Amino acid sequence: MALLEVKNLHVEIGGKKILNGLDLTVEKGTVHAIMGPNGSGKSTLAYVLAGKAGYEVTEGQILFDGEDVLAMAPDERAAKGIFLAFQYPMEIPGVATMTFLRTALNAQRKRRGEAEFSTPDFMKRVRDTAGHLGIEQDMLRRAVNVGFSGGEKKRNEILQMAMLEPRLAVLDETDSGLDIDALKIVADGVNRLRSPERSMIVITHYQRLLDYIVPDVVHVLSKGRVVKTGGKELALELEAKGYAEFADEAA
Amino acid sequence: MSAEVRHMKTAAELALAETYAAAKQKLPGKGPLAVLREDAFRHFEAQGLPHRRVEEWKYTDLRALMRDLKPLASPPDASAKARAKTAGKIIGDVECRRLMFVDGAFASELSDVTPETGLAIASMNQALAKGDALVGTHVGKVIESKDAAVALNTALMGDGAVIRIAAGASIARPLHLIFVATGGKPASMFTRSLIVIEKGARAMLIESHEYAGAGSGDYQVNAALELVVGDEAHVDHVKIIAEGAGALHVSSLMASIGARARYNDFSFSIGGAVVRNQLFLRFDGEDTVAGIRGVCLLKGRQHADTTLVLDHSAKGCQSRELFKSVLDGESRGIFQGKIIVRPHAQKTDGKMMTQALLLSDTAEADNKPELEIFADDVQCGHGATAGALDEDLLFYLKARGIPPKEAEALLIQAFIGEAVEGIEHAGLREVLMEAAVAWLKARA
Ligand SMILES: Nc1ncnc2c1ncn2[C@@H]1O[C@H](COP(=O)(O)OP(=O)(O)OP(=O)(O)O)[C@@H](O)[C@H]1O
Ligand SMILES: [Mg+2]
Repeated sequence: MALLEVKNLHVEIGGKKILNGLDLTVEKGTVHAIMGPNGSGKSTLAYVLAGKAGYEVTEGQILFDGEDVLAMAPDERAAKGIFLAFQYPMEIPGVATMTFLRTALNAQRKRRGEAEFSTPDFMKRVRDTAGHLGIEQDMLRRAVNVGFSGGEKKRNEILQMAMLEPRLAVLDETDSGLDIDALKIVADGVNRLRSPERSMIVITHYQRLLDYIVPDVVHVLSKGRVVKTGGKELALELEAKGYAEFADEAA
Repeated sequence: MSAEVRHMKTAAELALAETYAAAKQKLPGKGPLAVLREDAFRHFEAQGLPHRRVEEWKYTDLRALMRDLKPLASPPDASAKARAKTAGKIIGDVECRRLMFVDGAFASELSDVTPETGLAIASMNQALAKGDALVGTHVGKVIESKDAAVALNTALMGDGAVIRIAAGASIARPLHLIFVATGGKPASMFTRSLIVIEKGARAMLIESHEYAGAGSGDYQVNAALELVVGDEAHVDHVKIIAEGAGALHVSSLMASIGARARYNDFSFSIGGAVVRNQLFLRFDGEDTVAGIRGVCLLKGRQHADTTLVLDHSAKGCQSRELFKSVLDGESRGIFQGKIIVRPHAQKTDGKMMTQALLLSDTAEADNKPELEIFADDVQCGHGATAGALDEDLLFYLKARGIPPKEAEALLIQAFIGEAVEGIEHAGLREVLMEAAVAWLKARA
């Protein structure tokens, strides 16, 4: 059974149609890349998966492990294993990164009926994970994303993903704003989490990221629908030709 | 005009006049102190209870809010004292010297009066009765106030603390003044305290106003504290207003702060039906650094008014004011803050910020900042914000699996945390945050 099935999804924001019959199936353990021009609806899809308010689903269905995602609150979806790495991570003044991570992790575990982490166990996990991602201890004590550089914010998203161990991770342009070294660190972090139990949707504009995180499937999104699906070579093709040929297909 | 001057006396005003007339012979203090009372009452009587056309009280119409006067509290009996023992818990296990005032009267047997070098503690009632010199010098004189609530307090002051901390002394434990109402029957309490901290001394004062009776409590508090902070002294003052849900609480701080002092003030308002927290502070010496902060947590139909007048009367003082309120239900939170900079108070650096977080559509925040600047070489400013929790931030937290109520609580804690951080005592910061967390939990 597919881990995620998006069927004929139509979404409006304030009466404006953004997604127009989007279909997407993600099998367990696979990595899907989604590419597409600015404004084609990539972030919208990501937000709708995560459950952000203000998006009206007028038609269609989203199933996660066979369950109706649209009927679940955002925190419930997270506990089920859906994770969104935000294109623009939020700054949360006054909430230490450590507190945030711990609250999130324990809230999810509690909802799943698992035991909460003890302080020492939790600390060890954060330290190890942060270490892999080149995140300084000092950053963990600071308020979430406050005063972080663009690259640090993106790394912090991956840290959260690594701590929360989702079953489906949606990475919305996690590569944007990263320098080459940071890109490698982030890609390594993502690759370390690849497993037969975990699927990923990687939204990106750049082939470069896909050299590091090699996708099983590549989709092209245009005007709110998937207009082409292929293997990893599709990304190379797009890099060479751009999106011109899809402009008409979607219309 | 003349119609304005003579209004029909309200039931509460009539009762105040009767009560004062009946009590004045028995109230402590003779000679100049009796004159002080009499003058204060005449001053009060001329203006009556403050109402919405009195600018300083425009958001808290005491004439309308105080419908009657509860009888003056009688001295606590054994059962009142037994109930009072539960008070003071709000500060958890922060190690303090407890001084208990039960239904307005000093209860020495419930207080820690063990001697300590540099520290003198007496009851205001006795000090007034004896015509104590310290009281004679300072009471009614630290800040000359025309405020009607202060005048009423002076007219009817009964008991309270008189504390003197000698020059250079460093008082080890915080002094915790616990003013507790025990709710045996409807009552009003007029406590007055005087704390004089001499040059170079170090002290931490905690003042809590609490309720230890059954139900919501049918009582009225008018409490005043006069505080003299000497040159180079380092003083923290934390006021916790945790009255019963039915209480009317008016309290006034009048503080004169000397040169090169460090003064840190924090108000934490969490209980009471109607609360008016007045702070009148004056910098009387140069180069003092002060932080004046506060947090109000209100729900239901609670009304809390924080009114601050900060008088920069000397050169080169720095003050930071930060007041935060979290308003739920149909509550109303008011902040009035005035910074005055006198002509000779050059190089004044004063910044005032007030922020309200509205958790419901029916809560209301009022904010009235004022700057009266008569010097030219100063840096002063104020800012204010009011609004709901940020939906995008909430979504970010929820998308990480944090349930909505917990996400809100986390953001609210962060919001008030910024003000609480100004308290120097780590243990106290913690217990106040815990009290806030408990408040948030009760909301859910
Ligand atoms: N809150 C909103 N209100 C109105 N329109 C919106 C809103 N959010 C997105 N849109 C519109 O929806 C369309 C799709 O936006 P979306 O952010 O999903 O695009 P995207 O594919 O992620 O683009 P990019 O590559 O630039 O990140 C755009 O036309 C955008 O203007
Ligand atoms: Mg986008």
